[in-house]
Amino acid sequence: MMSDPIVSGERIALPEGTHLQPFVEEPGETTTRRFFLAAAGAAGLLYTAALAYPIYRYLASPEEIALSATAVTEVTLKDAQKLPLASVLMFKFGAAPAMLIHHEDGRWISMTAVCTHLGCTVQYEPQADRIHCACHGGVYNAYTGANVSGPPPKPLKLFKVAVNEAGVEVSRA
Amino acid sequence: MTSKTIYHWIDERLGLSELAAFARHKTVPVHAQSFWYYWGGISLFLFLVQCFTGVLLLVYYRPGAEAYESVRQITFVMHFGWLIRSAHAWSANLMIFAILVHMFSVYFMKAYRKPREFGWLSGMALLGIASVFGFSGYLLPMDELSYFATKVGLQIPAVIPFVGPAVANMLRGGPDVSEFTVQRFFALHVVVLPAIFLPLLAFHLWLVQRHGNAVPPSVEALPPEQRKNMPSFPNFVRKDLAMWLISLNILALLASVFPWALGKQADSLVPAPAGIHPEWYFMSPFEMLKLLGMVKWLQGEPGEIAGILLFTLGIVLWILIPFYDINKESGQRARAAHYFGLLAVFALLATTVIGYWTIR
Repeated sequence: MMSDPIVSGERIALPEGTHLQPFVEEPGETTTRRFFLAAAGAAGLLYTAALAYPIYRYLASPEEIALSATAVTEVTLKDAQKLPLASVLMFKFGAAPAMLIHHEDGRWISMTAVCTHLGCTVQYEPQADRIHCACHGGVYNAYTGANVSGPPPKPLKLFKVAVNEAGVEVSRA
Repeated sequence: MTSKTIYHWIDERLGLSELAAFARHKTVPVHAQSFWYYWGGISLFLFLVQCFTGVLLLVYYRPGAEAYESVRQITFVMHFGWLIRSAHAWSANLMIFAILVHMFSVYFMKAYRKPREFGWLSGMALLGIASVFGFSGYLLPMDELSYFATKVGLQIPAVIPFVGPAVANMLRGGPDVSEFTVQRFFALHVVVLPAIFLPLLAFHLWLVQRHGNAVPPSVEALPPEQRKNMPSFPNFVRKDLAMWLISLNILALLASVFPWALGKQADSLVPAPAGIHPEWYFMSPFEMLKLLGMVKWLQGEPGEIAGILLFTLGIVLWILIPFYDINKESGQRARAAHYFGLLAVFALLATTVIGYWTIR
């Protein structure tokens, strides 16, 4: 059955629907055949997995690199203590954007800059002394990170801030 | 029951059973030389591997000034990036090799004769484009070796009288190989060449199915009842796929056991390292030009031009073989074509060996 039927002549001259060799199944052959098919299927699956695994890992690499960056617990911002009053410094805490706000009253506040609604980067507005997201108009409190109005479902997470003469240290609260 | 219904639904709209009936009537000749029929399929398979791994490399590769850095990232930072890159490079080389085997088997089986002239011509065009694929892809990592190989390679069109320097500058994007060269080679490699290659390949494959496999003259001389055939589907297709699987295994083995190296970053201020040489499939023409330049009365520029002319003449004769060797009987012309083929194989092998022998 597995060998190729050899047909003489340029083209096969058999009428439609006729078989080259009648296939007669011996008793007990069905189980052997079924076992063979199952084994071949399993081998094929393993083979495909062996090909797919490196490709998946290759494509997922940036994700894994970003994940290892989120393990960061502390960021030192050199010379950030010179930040003027009523202004903001945007920086990366691990892989995600964050902000350091020096309020008019001299208080230092740092929090994540990723909107809890759909992930846009938010912005500090010194005149209104609030945090605003331009994507869908979400507003947060610039001192506590609390979601004040608009669609954001959760507050922005605060970081701990330590100011010294060399710079500002921001760490996970 | 449901699968039958689905099949029927699709069949009514797309005519699958007509296609199946059509495929049932296709046969492939069986004879002592049948083995060579697989090499076109192997070339096709390796081309598909090129497309697939090429797209994967495209995910992280950045042409231009950052080219080297991005290839370094692919090779050393991204998981299994070295393997994808290695598979792309190995498969490129294996593909050129498979195409060459396919070409010579077609040549010696005289499969270019009527009505298959277009098959031969489109095949030669595909080989030509494949070698430009190779040449342009070789530069993309922008390491020392690829930089100097491209520099030297682009000197060849530069010696063409009158238009040479302009052509070379156009290809390079300036007087020297630089980030502009990488950028335009990249555009060539991933957009222009595939856009020409794919329709030509479709044409080539359509011709194969239209005319079927050619048989060598010795088999053609047999009376029809002594010739053997096997059904194309599923018998030949099954064997073809087995060949693909073998090719994939060989490729996987080569790519993982001998990962493709990445040299130092190209720097025009650093002198060329020892042993700069073209890829093996360019070694022969490169060496032929070098040898012709050594002939006493051909030294210097006239030698280079004469070399290019002679080489071009050889290629033109090779391409035009279907229009020269036309008779079915093995007359004097057929024998001349056969010897011309043997001479070409010998010249290719000999100059390649000499080329590698004399690498300093």
